[in-house]
Parts: sequence; structure tokens; C-alpha cells
Amino acid sequence: MSNLLELPAYARSLGIMVQGDDAGMPVLTVDFGPMVEGRPQHFHGGATAGLLETAGYAALRTALLAAGRDPQLKPINITVQYLATGKSKPTFAIGRITRLGRRNANVAVEAWQDDRARPIATAVMNILMV
Amino acid sequence: MQPAMTTPPARFDAREASKWFFRHGHTGWLGLRFTDQGDNWVELELPWREDLLGDRSRPVLASGPIISLMDMASGMAIWQASGSFNPVATLDLRVDYQRPARERASVRGRVECYRRTRSAAFVRGIAHDGDPDDPVAHVAGVFMTIGADPRQENPALQGGGGDE
Repeated sequence: MSNLLELPAYARSLGIMVQGDDAGMPVLTVDFGPMVEGRPQHFHGGATAGLLETAGYAALRTALLAAGRDPQLKPINITVQYLATGKSKPTFAIGRITRLGRRNANVAVEAWQDDRARPIATAVMNILMV
Repeated sequence: MQPAMTTPPARFDAREASKWFFRHGHTGWLGLRFTDQGDNWVELELPWREDLLGDRSRPVLASGPIISLMDMASGMAIWQASGSFNPVATLDLRVDYQRPARERASVRGRVECYRRTRSAAFVRGIAHDGDPDDPVAHVAGVFMTIGADPRQENPALQGGGGDE
């Protein structure tokens, strides 16, 4: 299912890839490199947010496809919590649909590096579906 | 190296620092540009680029790079307000999207640091695509200061007016 997902140009350009899936939701990953670097040898907060957001949309798109829906998605808002610095190694992210309504969805996203139980950042997104 | 960059500025200057910041890394890849600054605010521009699209149906900048723009403008607003370059880490950043950017439009992010404590800095700002009175997004964030400065070797980033 995950390989049917087409990531947006921005995500592909940043090097974000679908790594696999977990319980039907896509796991996205991005390698460390100059394109995501902020402070030397650390992820830029914006790049981490970009990965989280992309994983949130990928999760919602996956859930919608499973429900036979294909609406246009529009961001309402995103709140990102930074829990630990992203170091110079691959980062992963997965989204979870907290609530899927008719017009809007609430999605929670987690990003981690070595240990999935120790996220480096989380996000909550509200997304409008039209 | 240009002569101006070998002399540390007396005070953190977003315009000067931009010459370093946007030369490499994530913000260099995005192509961020300095546009304006004040005592406690900085405005940066994210130029329109075809490969930063977020939507297959419309030529509109993705929201991801806009978060990066606002995150960077936030950090620089904090340094601008404090007068010195002390690394900060984003703790919490919230972006409310009012509307999509116009097609093929660059987006500017203007962020002010309205409050600093010893360990935290609070920012708010807007992203707009030409008219600051009709923003694309509003942003609010909290940053934490970090002790060590890993960029100490870079003379352009050493603010001389540190009040710590």
C-alpha cells in the first residue's frame, strides 16, 4: 500500500523516502546530509518539521485511500514539539490518525532516530479535506 | 573571503550573518534570503522554486519550507533582539495557515522576538506573499538557549555585545 503513495515534490527533493509501513501506516525516512543540516552535524528544526508534516499527510492519504476517498488536502495548522536534537543519522517518522471526519482530520506524528520509544520530535496537525 | 567578514561585527547583525547562514545546509538548500530587520525582528524570503511544491495540482510552495523559513527567521529574530549569537533550540513551533500562497509566489517570513528570559525566548510572526496585511500564515514559538557555541570558529557569528 505504501509504495502507491506519491510524495510531493518538496518531500522528494529533500530526500524523504517511504521506508516501509507499520500497521498499515507508512514509515518515512530521511538521511542526514547538507540538505537537512542546521547547526553543524544536527538536523535543522525546519527539516525535521518537513519530515513530520510529510509523514502526517502520507498517513492521512493512506487512510483516505483505504476508505475510497481522494479529497484535496489543505493545511489548517501544525504544532511541532522538539524533544531532542536530531543528530547526524537517519530520521524516521510515522503519522497516526487521531480523528478522521468528513471535512477535517486530526493527525499525530512522531519522529525518531535510534529508538522509536524515544521520539526526537512530535507534531499535531489539523488538515482540511475538500 | 571578503574583508567585511573577517571583522566580527560589534553586534549580531542579521544581514551580515545571512551571508554565512544561507551559504550551506538546509537554509542554503532552500535558498533563503535576507530582506529586512529591526531591533527585535527579522524578515527573510523563501524564493519560489518548482521543486518545493507541496501539491500535485497547484504551483504553490509547500508548507514544509514555510516552517523552515519561519523557524530560521525566529532564531535570527532572537539573536537580533539579544544582540549576540547564542545557539538556540526550537522547543515548540506552531503555524496556522490562513490561505495558500499565490501561485508561483515567493513567501516572506517576518518574526519578532517579543520576550526573552535567561533560558527561553518567545517569538511570533507572519508569513506573507507580498502584503503583510494579508498573511499566508501566523506563527508562534518558544526557543531554549543552548550553552555551548559550536560555531565559535566562525568570526562572523561572534556577536561582540553579549550581555551574559
